[in-house]
Amino acid sequence: MAYMTWFERRVIGRLQVRLGPNRVGIGGLLQPLADALKLFFKEDVRPARADRILFPLAPAISLFAALAAFAVIPFGPTTRIAGVEVPGGIANLQVGLLYLVGISSLGVYGLVLGGWSSGSKYSLIGGLRAAAQVVSYELILGLALVSVALVAGTLSLEGVVGGQANGLPYVILQPVAFLLYLVAAVAETNRAPFDLPEADTELVAGYHTEYGGMRFAMFFIAEYVNVITVSALAATMFFAGWSGPFLPGPHWLFIKMLAFLFLFVWLRATLPRLRYDQLMRLSWSVLLPLALINLLATAVVVAVTR
Amino acid sequence: MATDLEQARQSIGGLSVESVTETGEGRRDMVVNMGPQHPSTHGVLRVVLDLQGENIVGTDVQIGYLHRGIEKLSEARTYTQVIPLTDRTDYTAAMTGNQGLCVAVERLMELEVPPRGRYIRTMIAELQRLASHLIWLGTHAMDIGAATVFLYCFRERERILDFFEAFSGARLTYSYYRVGGVAGDAPPGILQQIYEFTNYFVDRLAENEELLTGNDIWLARTQGVGIISAEEAVAIGLTGPSLRGSGLAYDIRKAEPYEAYADMDFEIPVFPDGDVFARYRVRIEEMKQSVRIIRQCIEHMPDGPVNVQDSRVTPPKREVAMTHMESMINHFMWNIHSFPTPKGEVYSAIESPKGELGYYIVSDGSNKPYRLRIRPPSFCNLQALPLLVRGQMIADVVACIGSIDIVLGEVDR
Repeated sequence: MAYMTWFERRVIGRLQVRLGPNRVGIGGLLQPLADALKLFFKEDVRPARADRILFPLAPAISLFAALAAFAVIPFGPTTRIAGVEVPGGIANLQVGLLYLVGISSLGVYGLVLGGWSSGSKYSLIGGLRAAAQVVSYELILGLALVSVALVAGTLSLEGVVGGQANGLPYVILQPVAFLLYLVAAVAETNRAPFDLPEADTELVAGYHTEYGGMRFAMFFIAEYVNVITVSALAATMFFAGWSGPFLPGPHWLFIKMLAFLFLFVWLRATLPRLRYDQLMRLSWSVLLPLALINLLATAVVVAVTR
Repeated sequence: MATDLEQARQSIGGLSVESVTETGEGRRDMVVNMGPQHPSTHGVLRVVLDLQGENIVGTDVQIGYLHRGIEKLSEARTYTQVIPLTDRTDYTAAMTGNQGLCVAVERLMELEVPPRGRYIRTMIAELQRLASHLIWLGTHAMDIGAATVFLYCFRERERILDFFEAFSGARLTYSYYRVGGVAGDAPPGILQQIYEFTNYFVDRLAENEELLTGNDIWLARTQGVGIISAEEAVAIGLTGPSLRGSGLAYDIRKAEPYEAYADMDFEIPVFPDGDVFARYRVRIEEMKQSVRIIRQCIEHMPDGPVNVQDSRVTPPKREVAMTHMESMINHFMWNIHSFPTPKGEVYSAIESPKGELGYYIVSDGSNKPYRLRIRPPSFCNLQALPLLVRGQMIADVVACIGSIDIVLGEVDR
């Protein structure tokens, strides 16, 4: 996870005609370690007006939700090792997709509570923005994924990959869902150009303004885990996940994920930030109807052909 | 509670901004203190925002965090010694600060700068305009979330600072202008380099424009945001690109040409919409015009002295001062007492990158100004901020602050 930060900083450095971290270790590879150490040894500051219980709890919720969501991503096919069925991911749930959407929406509690419990106005506005934004885009994310699930006929992520491994990847069958998913994923993870909850030039740092040291790091890690999760999910749902020729499963997933991660970084380097009302209008009056129409059309087609 | 103070605060230049209590059903959810420590108030500006959700219902702009008493300090310094102080007003465009003072003193003393001096000064001022606009573009874009443009702009600005370093030895506080000319002639070969830079710069500017001008998100964030009409702009005293973004073609370089602007062929870009995007377009187009002026300066650069040959302001030549007793005394007197100015007063304005930069000097006939008053464009332009952000959202505040291009060193002096 930590290497995502290194990757991002190197890539964005390149895009912005500078180098990025290159001093700690070879090519700056130890930089994430140094950053983590620094944050770990920092004083644990809690503002006087912060809530005693919720303030420390919020980053933990965020991180928990992010890590728990990642658990159902399949890295490879289910294999048998010494007679025991070993799932390709950490867990292979029959309702993996439902679980993922459910858990990842838990994460928003971390942001809202963090923003509210800090006792700071910037945090509060950031938290509110995060709540409104994540809830709105969660819908679109969910609807886009449901269209794919309809086509695949299963909610198990492994099943979805299995469905694509033999046929076409779902990006071809569901191009609209893919685009919707992409937009929603960027918004869901609070990344540019939808990084309003932590818009540093408006709200200082949004919901985590008052957090420092390890607590800040937990928010930070949660954000990057989320980015990786949505990238992995995009690869799984639309680009056939771990399946591919020649290389073993995890490699393929990694390559596809990396392409998405690069896209995330690229977007951040290129685009300005949307405004709050524009973001909401985009979600409710453009993307949501589109997602519903797409879902309806998919449902009809699936019902007719099956 | 519409007290007199409140009313006075809300009424600017005869225009009244709807007061906090009178709009939005009299509701105000939150007061947010933006600054003086805030990433995008461009220094130590403090804006107190009355919010209703994310909407702004009232603004209170507070300044003074960077006040250093430059005007008062000037009264105890000779005119030459004031020049370094002017560096510290608009520190993103220190050359034009120098220029404003020197032009004012020259007008007071009725000095005529020789052609080469004027051309060099014009060229430097336009390079400074580029550098200043580059900082503006970078920070403005970053405020709206496009961080890459910021780094691109600083890459170009670095080249301009290299030129300034070659001219003056400094990269931030140049003190390059002198009353009656400049500190030194252009270093050999630099004009050619500057000319080559302008070619490179035009390409790079197009690159930055590509990232912003046609970008849908950029348009959504800037078009129709922070609108100020031409009447309001005039009433507030808005000048420079911010005024021209409201459709008024007022530019001191054309209206009252100073330096070598009368010889130059350039246009004044004007956009009528009065929003953030119009002001953005004005500055972008202005950079292209600046490039034109710089090229003309280099192409038609006259020969001759760069300083006025007047024994009142020009120190005696070194070889003369070292061989003649009277010149030696003159040399000492010049260095200790500088030069006196005739009794009287003068106001002279130049077009700085941010607007009308005026210097008002009252002279009692001594070698120091009796009173020196700076009319900083940033200070007057900042007055427009409450008008710009009325009815907008939090995110628009930073866009509006960026669009009037203020520097707090100049606001507070």
